[in-house]
Amino acid sequence: MIQGIPLQYVLVVSIIMFFIGVCGFIIRRNLITILMSIELILNSVNINFLAFNRYLFPDQLQGHFFALIIVAIAAAEASVAIALIINIYRRISNIEVENISEMKY
Amino acid sequence: MNTFSFTAFILIIPLFMFLLTGLTGMKYKPIISGLLGTTGLLIVTILSYYTAWLYFFQVGQVGNTYTSIIPFNIEWLTFTENLKIHIGILLDPISVMMLVVISTVSLMVHIYSLGYMKGEMGFQRFFAFLSLFTFSMLGLVVASNIFQMYIFWELVGASSFLLIGFYYQKPSAVAASKKAFIVTRFADFGFLVGILILSFYTGTFDFDKLTQPGTDIFNSAATASFIGMSAITWAMLLIFMGGAGKSAMFPLHIWLPDAMEGPTPVSALIHAATMVVAGVFLVARMFPVYLFQTPEVLEFIGYIGAFTSLFAAVIACTQFDIKRVLAFSTLSQIGYMMLALGVSGYEGEHGVGYMSSMFHLFTHAMFKALLFLGAGSIIHAVHSNDLREMGNLKKYLPFTFITFTIAWLSICGIPPFSGFWSKDEILVAAFYHNKILFFSSVFVAGLTAFYMSRLFFTVFFGKKQHYHHTPHESPLIMTIPLMILAIASIFTGLIPFSHFVTADKLAFNTHLHLNIAIPSVLVALIGISIAFLLYFKEGKVANRITVALGYVYTTVLNKFYVDELYIFITKKVIFNCISQPIAWFDRHIVDATMDGIARITEFSSEKIKTLQSGQLQQYAFVFVGGTIALVLAFIYWYA
Repeated sequence: MIQGIPLQYVLVVSIIMFFIGVCGFIIRRNLITILMSIELILNSVNINFLAFNRYLFPDQLQGHFFALIIVAIAAAEASVAIALIINIYRRISNIEVENISEMKY
Repeated sequence: MNTFSFTAFILIIPLFMFLLTGLTGMKYKPIISGLLGTTGLLIVTILSYYTAWLYFFQVGQVGNTYTSIIPFNIEWLTFTENLKIHIGILLDPISVMMLVVISTVSLMVHIYSLGYMKGEMGFQRFFAFLSLFTFSMLGLVVASNIFQMYIFWELVGASSFLLIGFYYQKPSAVAASKKAFIVTRFADFGFLVGILILSFYTGTFDFDKLTQPGTDIFNSAATASFIGMSAITWAMLLIFMGGAGKSAMFPLHIWLPDAMEGPTPVSALIHAATMVVAGVFLVARMFPVYLFQTPEVLEFIGYIGAFTSLFAAVIACTQFDIKRVLAFSTLSQIGYMMLALGVSGYEGEHGVGYMSSMFHLFTHAMFKALLFLGAGSIIHAVHSNDLREMGNLKKYLPFTFITFTIAWLSICGIPPFSGFWSKDEILVAAFYHNKILFFSSVFVAGLTAFYMSRLFFTVFFGKKQHYHHTPHESPLIMTIPLMILAIASIFTGLIPFSHFVTADKLAFNTHLHLNIAIPSVLVALIGISIAFLLYFKEGKVANRITVALGYVYTTVLNKFYVDELYIFITKKVIFNCISQPIAWFDRHIVDATMDGIARITEFSSEKIKTLQSGQLQQYAFVFVGGTIALVLAFIYWYA
């Protein structure tokens, strides 16, 4: 509808972003990169919210607000995660994810 | 019926005193809790006497019959519409008589204990337990229904346990208290089952309804039968089992001699005068049921009583512990009471057995309490229970000597002391009912005279002993109760008992049966003279006789090995044949099942936990893979 771009196109972009995020989460070793992958996943969801809001209920604002909340939470989560990563680094001098398996059972 | 509502205080005061001295006893001087308990009991005694006066002479008699008066009866538990348990007070001749007996003896024991227990550790505890016991015993006799009686029955058992084990540092006292508790508890189990059977068929617990002559509530119980006997026979037999346990009838008598480990005043109160006659009281309370519904059980009770009296009298001749001799004598006398109930009829003169049983209960309580308290005074003086360490105490203990003499003559059945009158009535009842029981009880009368004289002569005359320090007479606070009880032992025999307590509650006249009284006195005199010859002076004859008797003597000395038989049955038979297999089953089947479940759980979790590797990305992979698999599955099924 926005200059003839259908909803599916936007969703495809979002799905691609989501799976890039998931793949990054599973494959990458570095904790920072894993954190970035999580951001990708969150943002793909954000895109979905905005797209559905814009295409299906253009006269309402819930989707926008939700996206804003998710951005805020993502910022908070990123700061906590980075604090954790710094602490892990201080403890074991690296941030490889395989090395963090002490608290398994 | 509000004339008698004050009788509630007869129960409330000792309970209150128990709580007061039991909870706060350590806060003040020991003597204060003793005095509190004694004062409380003095009030109870006065109230009991007043009740007796009011009942017997003022309002109890309607026409010629003594009525049962129920001052109050509170509904306490409701099981169903028909089955309710009440707590109340029932006054009739036997309960009022018991009130007098219990409060008198208990008061004497309280006063005596003030002196006897002086300086003992746990003086307050002792008085608290005495109050508890008095409360429970009074509650037992005034119980308005059989279930309430059972509750108090257990309470007296518990307080008896506490008091036997009063010297809890002494292993023998602990063992004795345990034995008493277990044996009576075992019997009480029978009692409870009996109550339940009885109430199941009759639908009531109330004594008033149960003991109504000619009532038809037993019809269903009489027709139902179980293993060759009717339900009512079973019920009454089991109820008697409870009574036999408490009254230490053969073969449940084994706890009573051991119970002498308790302090002597306790033996006087619980194990001579009051608690051990609870069984007799129970049979007397249920007497109409026994007589009209199950005469065969009553007959059985008579034989058990006769056998116990004979059996215990024989053992009493050989014992050396002064308190054990008295304990076996108590057994024997209670056997007499049971025997008298067993040979009793109902109406008028036929009910002489019932009357004499209650009469003997009354007089026996007085003179046996006196004997025990006297024995306590002797033990107090020589610091030993052993007859062989006593002798020639006459000049050291003048008051004890005189009072003990009265009690001795009384239990031997020498007129005009109280024991003679009641024993004579028992013999009369036995004579007209069953000759075998009669001759056995005459023989027991002779034995009683013999062993009591043996005790008496050995303690007060006999050889001269060398005491480490000269025995001294007990303080006045101990001798005054002795004197009061001695007076009671002399005169209570003259009470025209048949005017007050009879089976059918109608007064009748008794007269002395010379044809029975003269032989029985002669038999007693023979017993006394034999003992006089053997024990008055130190002599070798007694020893020579015991040696000559050989095995017979050792068997009797060891109480016919009944204790050993019990040990054999419990330790060897029950333990090996029943307990061991059950324990094996418990350990190897029941426990093993549980252990197996636990072990399987442990094993499998040990295996499963390796899945949790700690690798974050592995988890994420499984999670994502699972989600995708689920999504695909849903698509497959729903689309």
